[in-house]
Amino acid sequence: MAGRMGWTSRDCEQGAFGKLSRPLPMNEPFPNLEQKSSPSGGPPTSQHLWTGICPLPFQNATSIQLAHGGGGRLMRELIRNLFVPIFSRREVAGLSDLVGKHDSAVLPLSGLRVAVTTDSYVVRPLFFPGGDIGRLAVFGTINDLAMAGAQPVALSAAFILEEGFPLSELLRIVLSMEQAAEEAGVVIVTGDTKVVDRGKGDGVFITTTGVGVVPAGVDIGPHRVRPGDAIMVSGDIGRHGVAILSVREGLAFHTEIQSDCAPLERAVRALISAGVEIHCLRDLTRGGLAAALNEIAADAGVGIELEESAIPVSEPVRAACELLGLDPLYVACEGRLVCFVPPQAADWARQILSSFPGGECAAQIGKCVRDHPGTVVARGPWGTERVVDLLSGEQMPRIC
Amino acid sequence: MAVRYVEEFRDPAKVKALAGQIAAMVTRPWTIMEICGGQTHAILRFGLDQLLPKEISLIHGPGCPVCVTPVELIDRAIAVARRPEVILCSFGDMLRVPGSAGDLLAAKAEGADVRVVYSPLDAVEIARKNPSRQVVFFAVGFETTAPANAMAVLHAFHQRLRNFSVLVAHVLVPPAVEAILASGAKIDGFLAAGHVCTVMGIEEYEPIAERFRVPIVVTGFEPLDILQGLAMCLRQLESGEARVEIQYDRSVRPEGNQAAKQVILRVFEITDRKWRGIGLLPRSGLKLREEFRDFDAEVRFNLGALEREEEPGCIAGLVLQGKARPTDCPFFGTKCTPDHPLGAPMVSSEGACAAYFRYRRTGL
Repeated sequence: MAGRMGWTSRDCEQGAFGKLSRPLPMNEPFPNLEQKSSPSGGPPTSQHLWTGICPLPFQNATSIQLAHGGGGRLMRELIRNLFVPIFSRREVAGLSDLVGKHDSAVLPLSGLRVAVTTDSYVVRPLFFPGGDIGRLAVFGTINDLAMAGAQPVALSAAFILEEGFPLSELLRIVLSMEQAAEEAGVVIVTGDTKVVDRGKGDGVFITTTGVGVVPAGVDIGPHRVRPGDAIMVSGDIGRHGVAILSVREGLAFHTEIQSDCAPLERAVRALISAGVEIHCLRDLTRGGLAAALNEIAADAGVGIELEESAIPVSEPVRAACELLGLDPLYVACEGRLVCFVPPQAADWARQILSSFPGGECAAQIGKCVRDHPGTVVARGPWGTERVVDLLSGEQMPRIC
Repeated sequence: MAVRYVEEFRDPAKVKALAGQIAAMVTRPWTIMEICGGQTHAILRFGLDQLLPKEISLIHGPGCPVCVTPVELIDRAIAVARRPEVILCSFGDMLRVPGSAGDLLAAKAEGADVRVVYSPLDAVEIARKNPSRQVVFFAVGFETTAPANAMAVLHAFHQRLRNFSVLVAHVLVPPAVEAILASGAKIDGFLAAGHVCTVMGIEEYEPIAERFRVPIVVTGFEPLDILQGLAMCLRQLESGEARVEIQYDRSVRPEGNQAAKQVILRVFEITDRKWRGIGLLPRSGLKLREEFRDFDAEVRFNLGALEREEEPGCIAGLVLQGKARPTDCPFFGTKCTPDHPLGAPMVSSEGACAAYFRYRRTGL
């Protein structure tokens, strides 16, 4: 719903091959690209690279569909099966191993660990209750850096503008970006501007790239997740997605819900400096809580058990979701994270998270288990269980 | 927006108490079909079947409008969407349902102008704003969506919009229930669809309950609704009764919604309709009345000739009639998944296969 179209490495922690903790949901066995070469023994051709790489819903579909950017299974397949294997195929010492291994890539440079991440923002409408595309573009990228434990330093910003886009709106967006950057303690140091013909863009697309430094001793990622870990969420979920839907053309409905769009870096910093042993962090964006937990369960090879009644959802978000036939677990956030910590640190982490704006409802929502590795299971309020699966793409409002 | 209504109907203490009452009243095995796919999803999402005594078997009915829309109508929608002058408007749920060669989303990716609307009146508005384009609304659904779809046609009629038409795929619940019972299916009682009966009332169900000696309880969609509906149905079964009862009385009146029924009858008339996976059922659908023929997309774009066969191997028809469970299908979760659906019940948000795939995959 946030409309981020870029691929971040979070979607493919295990790389495309080998240690997948559960089979790819595909019809055909997936060809191993690493062993693929043309019959003559020469370099693989683009024809080879395409054959069977990207499993689309229909064998005769050869084009990108919206679901490939929807934060669900199709997007994960595209990343795992196309981007990562190709970009990681060349052996470069210390670098090729990084492709698709972390939320942000953490590069070892001259004794520093430098985190890099990038994201594109294509949200519609550009201005929505509680934020705008500019704030999203700053906070979204800052948050990706923070999820690797990095202290954000600087951003670049690239603008693709549509011919005819009002300068007054661009000014509003840029001012909003600068204010967001100030709030997050970073500087936007460089950028790029392109203009496309009228009708070839949607007003404005923004891509931001962020650079940060990971402090010594900080190691955060799915590889550290253990059975028994407590899973914390930093606040109530689903506000951003509902706020966006409430002003979407054709669906306007009245709600007081504002987007939860916010920087998460300070909350992470506070956890680290309080000495909380953080095993893994993930911000909840497209695909919501369900997508984030499914990715971590798959990448860490653990099962996840949620207590459904512990998951904080505000009453207006719950009501809007019921009306539209959406499950709040899959609705986007832009200022919430999940945090995996040892069980004895859970209460401490909750107290720290709850001291930040929007964190009043921070809570432990579940734990990691040895059973059903790769699968997220939710226990309902009367003790029954259900699987919380990844969706193909975005949720669609129901017919009746 | 009602803010507190959800939690009241999910109160864990009341849910457990009702489940206890049900367990106490059941003396022998009963098979009950919930008709609506929304109820199927609620049962699986909330694990309500796990709360029932083992004597009770729930089977899932045909009430998924997307699932029963025949393949050729989807093919016709795709064919009309591919025309350069056409904007095809549809409920989002329809977009991933497989036709015989692709779905509407794939057509969209290849250049067709397919737009998701949340109300058919939005499609009329799109037609008004785009006078040089032909706007076609894919009018899918049971009696629930029929009033709004009829209203859209009336709006276009009164505004004399020449660039608006509807591709009608409307189906009616009672003929399907009758067909399932007449085929000899062993079903002891029904939970009827609350929203359908909010529009239509219960009149059409009384002869069915009487003829087939089955209790029919018009039921809502929240956990407490469904358990209460089951309790009412089981109470009748245990005492040898077979009546129509209304559990969902905060929404359903016995006579239905007169204004909504009138607008349906003004625009549509009853017709024979083919159901995906089930076949042709007499007097089981709606079509536009002759007066509104100009708004019929099948006439305007001459779409009538397309006939298609179902995907071989897909047992959607058996699933939709409660004769098989999704997990009985050899392709369930293997060759047929939400990403690669062979049949509509795997992609619709009201489809039984989608519910099993989404909530029950680890053999819990």
